[in-house]
Amino acid sequence: MKTIILTLTLLSTIGLFAQSAEDRGLEIAKAAENADLGFKSSTVELKMTLKNKNGQTSERLLTTKTLELTEDGDKSLIVFNSPKDVKGTSTLTFTHKIGADDQWLFLPSIKRVKRISSNNKSGPFVGSEFAYEDLSSQEVEKYAYKFLNENGNLLNVEQDPVDPKSGYTRRIVTYNKDKGYRIEKVEFYDRKNSLLKTLTYSGYKLYKNKFWRAASFNMVNHQSNKETLLQFSDYNFGVDLAEEDFTQVALKRAGN
Amino acid sequence: MFKNSNLYILFLFFSYTFLNAQTDERKVTHDFELEIEAEYRYFIDDAKFQGQQDHFPSIAILPEYSLQWNKGYESLNFTGFLRIDKDNERTHWDIRELYYQKAQSKWELSIGLKKVYWGVTESNHLVDIINQTDAVESFDGEDKLGQPMVQFTYTTDNFGSFDFYYLPYHRKRTFAGEKGRLRFPVIIDKDDINYESSAEEWRQDAAFRWSHYFGAFDIGISHFYGNGREPLFTFDNQGNINAFYPVINQTGLDLQVTQNAFLWKFESIYRSSKAQDFFALVVGLEYTFSNIDSNGLDIGLLAEYLYDERDELALNALQNDVFFGTRIAFNDTQDTSILIGGISDLESSSKIFSIEASRRIGNSWKAELEARIFSNIDPNEFILSNFQEDSFLRFSISKFF
Repeated sequence: MKTIILTLTLLSTIGLFAQSAEDRGLEIAKAAENADLGFKSSTVELKMTLKNKNGQTSERLLTTKTLELTEDGDKSLIVFNSPKDVKGTSTLTFTHKIGADDQWLFLPSIKRVKRISSNNKSGPFVGSEFAYEDLSSQEVEKYAYKFLNENGNLLNVEQDPVDPKSGYTRRIVTYNKDKGYRIEKVEFYDRKNSLLKTLTYSGYKLYKNKFWRAASFNMVNHQSNKETLLQFSDYNFGVDLAEEDFTQVALKRAGN
Repeated sequence: MFKNSNLYILFLFFSYTFLNAQTDERKVTHDFELEIEAEYRYFIDDAKFQGQQDHFPSIAILPEYSLQWNKGYESLNFTGFLRIDKDNERTHWDIRELYYQKAQSKWELSIGLKKVYWGVTESNHLVDIINQTDAVESFDGEDKLGQPMVQFTYTTDNFGSFDFYYLPYHRKRTFAGEKGRLRFPVIIDKDDINYESSAEEWRQDAAFRWSHYFGAFDIGISHFYGNGREPLFTFDNQGNINAFYPVINQTGLDLQVTQNAFLWKFESIYRSSKAQDFFALVVGLEYTFSNIDSNGLDIGLLAEYLYDERDELALNALQNDVFFGTRIAFNDTQDTSILIGGISDLESSSKIFSIEASRRIGNSWKAELEARIFSNIDPNEFILSNFQEDSFLRFSISKFF
């Protein structure tokens, strides 16, 4: 009898300490989400540099406004400032934690607002190496998690997209637990489970003593040898934007 | 003396606060853009009417200027347009937009000349009525003239947006001149088309629109009361055309349901005037195969049915037709895209095919190619029969500064 009790106690103790890889992965993703809670709204200028395999580059300039929502996904408004033939083209996106995002496109030449399908997650954003799903609001609910390993302050977590329309089988995300669980690197594996792209974040700065934001995102496509560099500047967390700044009326105004 | 220096300090204080306020709230941003476009239109077939030409080289200039302050909640916007063409009537200029705008949380006010677009369908734009169509500029009716207006928009939290328009002046539609194609045997001078209203172009018109979205649904309901944008053509016994702008009431409904890769679209209007009442609708869908073979290619398929109760008097000749099209977007760095479509009359042999393609060249150039083919046009078609020899190719190249 004593041995049985002892064994049971031992087993349950092991059970308590040996948290499953799935739970640990989810816990890390939640910790990262929590660390970024409360930024309310922000604006940022973005320069996107597209580089083809011969090293030729082309640039796009965008302005992004984001409104944080806690009960549902964030809202964002993106305005193109260059190339000049698409200047004023803007998108309004309401991300949802569960289900398809709502998205509208404003075409400035004919002043038309068009609701567009958010079905095309895996497609490239304006000819870049970033897919739409790489740029949309990262909600915890969109992935299943598996903790892989720990390397000093770096934690590697495998994330499997919940949505079957995703272009990936899995992503391996490297979090920095000492720096508010900011993401240092993401490796993307395509539908055939071979390494497709690597995204590295650099030039991190701490804003409002809480929010880590990288100054550049570099996405390298290993299969096509193309690259896209995103450079962020003029981060502003003091803009105090409201729901009214993320409507179709505001979308038309932003694109004019 | 003492008093004066006090005043002086007070003055300094006020100018300091004023300047401070200026740097903060009144930070002004300017933006000037210029597009210069060279265009060549070539009409393939011999002209149907005397005086019409085949080759139309042309140049257009589009300057744009905007001034924003108050964190972008106040602005002044200008878009000009000038085209020089072989056809005297197509040589024209316009102020597409020149308006002041102020926005504050739930409302937005615009005063001046502005462009407004309503609707969801692709092959025909029924509910879109605020601006007069620039009919000499393009065949698809998507180019518009600037409309003088006061527009007030109120956005609610749960009941959508309400738009109110006061439209104090009507602008007439321009038709092709003697040398121009896509015209009638008689050259219509826009000044010869009169108004039903005794106030003529100064009739004070109004419009209203409510729009909202719930989940997958985007809906708009609109009403317009005023001088119609389309002239109404009537005939006397001698076959002479009499055209005028009637006073109309037009109620419109537009609806889109966005469901995964499907877009379901519906637009309909009911227009009533002393001379004519009618109903028209467009119903259709768009389905997109996206990121085909993971190389970024999107292929959209479009199908729409068009009905117009006016029958052959419909100015756009779309009385009982079907439209099929495909939209191909390469999603490459040059934004290459192609739209191919065809409209077929269900009651006659008439068909119109079209191709529109565009691609950016370098960073600041853009090339466009357009073709419209009028095929087997039924000679009994009242409007379209005039255009049966007007199939054309159009090539343009734009430089952006």
